[in-house]
Amino acid sequence: MSTKVAEHTPGRKLFSSKIAATVVWTITILWTIPTFGLFVTSFRPKGDVFLTGWWHIFTSPHFTLSNYDSVLFGKGDAGSVGGVIPYFLNSLAITVPAVIFPVVIATMAAYSLAWIRFRGSDALFFFIFALQIVPIQMSLIPLLQLFTGGAHIGSLTLIPRLGIAGKLAGIWLPHTMFALPLAIYLLHNFISSLPRDLMEAAFVDGANHFMVFRRIVLPLSVPAIAAFGIFQFLWVWNDLLVALTFSAGTQNISPINAKLASLVGQWGAHWEILTAGAFVTIAVPLVVFFSLQRYFVRGLLAGSVK
Amino acid sequence: MVVHHASFWSDNLPKIEQTLGAIAIFFAVLGAIFYLAGKVNGRAARPLASLIFLGPALLLLLVGLIVPAAKTILFSFKDAYSMKYVGFKNYKWIIQDPEIHKVIWNTLIWILVTPFATTALGLLLAIMLNRMKRESLPKSLLFMPMAISFVGASIIWQFVYNYAPEGQPQTGLLSAIARTLGFTPPNWILSQPLNTFLLMVIFVWVETGFAMVILSAAIKGVPDDIMEASALDGATGWKLFRGITFPMVRGTFIVVFATMVVTSLKLFDIVRTVTGGNFGTSVISNEMYSQIFVRFNTGRGSALAVILFILVTPILVYNIRNLRRERSIS
Repeated sequence: MSTKVAEHTPGRKLFSSKIAATVVWTITILWTIPTFGLFVTSFRPKGDVFLTGWWHIFTSPHFTLSNYDSVLFGKGDAGSVGGVIPYFLNSLAITVPAVIFPVVIATMAAYSLAWIRFRGSDALFFFIFALQIVPIQMSLIPLLQLFTGGAHIGSLTLIPRLGIAGKLAGIWLPHTMFALPLAIYLLHNFISSLPRDLMEAAFVDGANHFMVFRRIVLPLSVPAIAAFGIFQFLWVWNDLLVALTFSAGTQNISPINAKLASLVGQWGAHWEILTAGAFVTIAVPLVVFFSLQRYFVRGLLAGSVK
Repeated sequence: MVVHHASFWSDNLPKIEQTLGAIAIFFAVLGAIFYLAGKVNGRAARPLASLIFLGPALLLLLVGLIVPAAKTILFSFKDAYSMKYVGFKNYKWIIQDPEIHKVIWNTLIWILVTPFATTALGLLLAIMLNRMKRESLPKSLLFMPMAISFVGASIIWQFVYNYAPEGQPQTGLLSAIARTLGFTPPNWILSQPLNTFLLMVIFVWVETGFAMVILSAAIKGVPDDIMEASALDGATGWKLFRGITFPMVRGTFIVVFATMVVTSLKLFDIVRTVTGGNFGTSVISNEMYSQIFVRFNTGRGSALAVILFILVTPILVYNIRNLRRERSIS
């Protein structure tokens, strides 16, 4: 058996491919069952959800779309709750700028750290890398105080009252700040490995740093930018802590994930609707992830695996 | 669309306008600055470029991370309302309070178990995937939990850990399996210390895909001729793994392991959404949140944040040393 395998894939005979496939598929099925259970439950009528486990659909299949109807348009049993579509839009309004801003700012910083070098730029890079370990929780209170009260030393005002707590900008800004250390690190890995000749040729032709950045660095960095963009998209869309802290209880900008978390408490008895809500919430990141996972993986690897 | 209300658009249109407006302004300002700064020649050009490219990031990092971190260290030496200095009182509380000992103990169990579990399982899967012909479907399915929020994950796992008393229908998968096997299921989430391990299962479920993908790429990076040569020498199975594969991917293995240690140290969402830190499952990061936002004791919360920071520091130092070595080679 092993000799036959060795002919096709020389040397790689840690396990026979049959054992490998069996183990991998067993774990994969185990891994997928919980999500599958949620998916099935979201289509089951309310009575069934409380009386029997979701696996009973194999013996007595009953399906309904009413859970999705309630969640999306606020009809049915829990009609008073209202649909989640506005929260869905909130999530988009939060996520899109909170991806674009840090990606652009981090790409600029990574370019300058890699290609406009000055004394101490390496040390500065390591320092930014080190900032990854500051727990987000450390920043919440001071930032919230800044947004509502500004920053002062005695009577001198350093930063005026921004008044953006409870506004969209008040969520974009923290997400941008918290994303920068990882973004700069990953993009720096990629941008610093771009070919030197290309840049030097452009400078000889009279281009300045801004032209080089726009015409050479940006187009060539698209894979890394896309990868980090996806990472940041998933992170912001799935975030609960930042949204809860900086939306300051404003329903009008609360993202769908925070709404879902509040439904867990509010609707203790409406698990069937919660499952539909959960599936609506995870649908977007799943679509983003499955359509772009190739970039995602490549970008996470930028520089970390040689 | 079934939404007919006029108020739907009057409520939601401003948000869309704001969002698109903000993006447009952002790029317009950036474009104008690039254009104007591009006109500057001579000796000022280089420092100006540095300032424009690096300035925004540094300002945001200063305001968003550096100043708050410094403030937190300061707060940890002050009282609950950050009014007056209390010396090491908050740290004494951490050292003396038995409840906090439990929290720290839990955190240590987390960082002892989960990084090892995720990295080892990820490596096993990566090796096996490498031996398969059609690996992309299982790979995607295993990686899928990474895209699901912890709030979503906690709802998903509710249908596994749900418990109903004897005589009532079981809707939790784990309870149903326990009954089928013939023993009485406990109330999973309430049973200590089992519940902490059940929470870890959720973490492993989410993070293994990440470890697998990175390690899988590293294994594919092992040059074929090395594998072939050692296979010709008669190395197989475990010997091949120990002698060739593992040493070749050890660097990546350590990077993934360190990432998992940091992630499990900072762990917050799973504990927060599943148990809220009750029933003896709290960890440092959750306790910190409770102290600050539920009990309004900024001093104690900040001291816990500092402890977390100190615990992560050795990993960071290690990572930076690695990074430096890598940079000096390339």
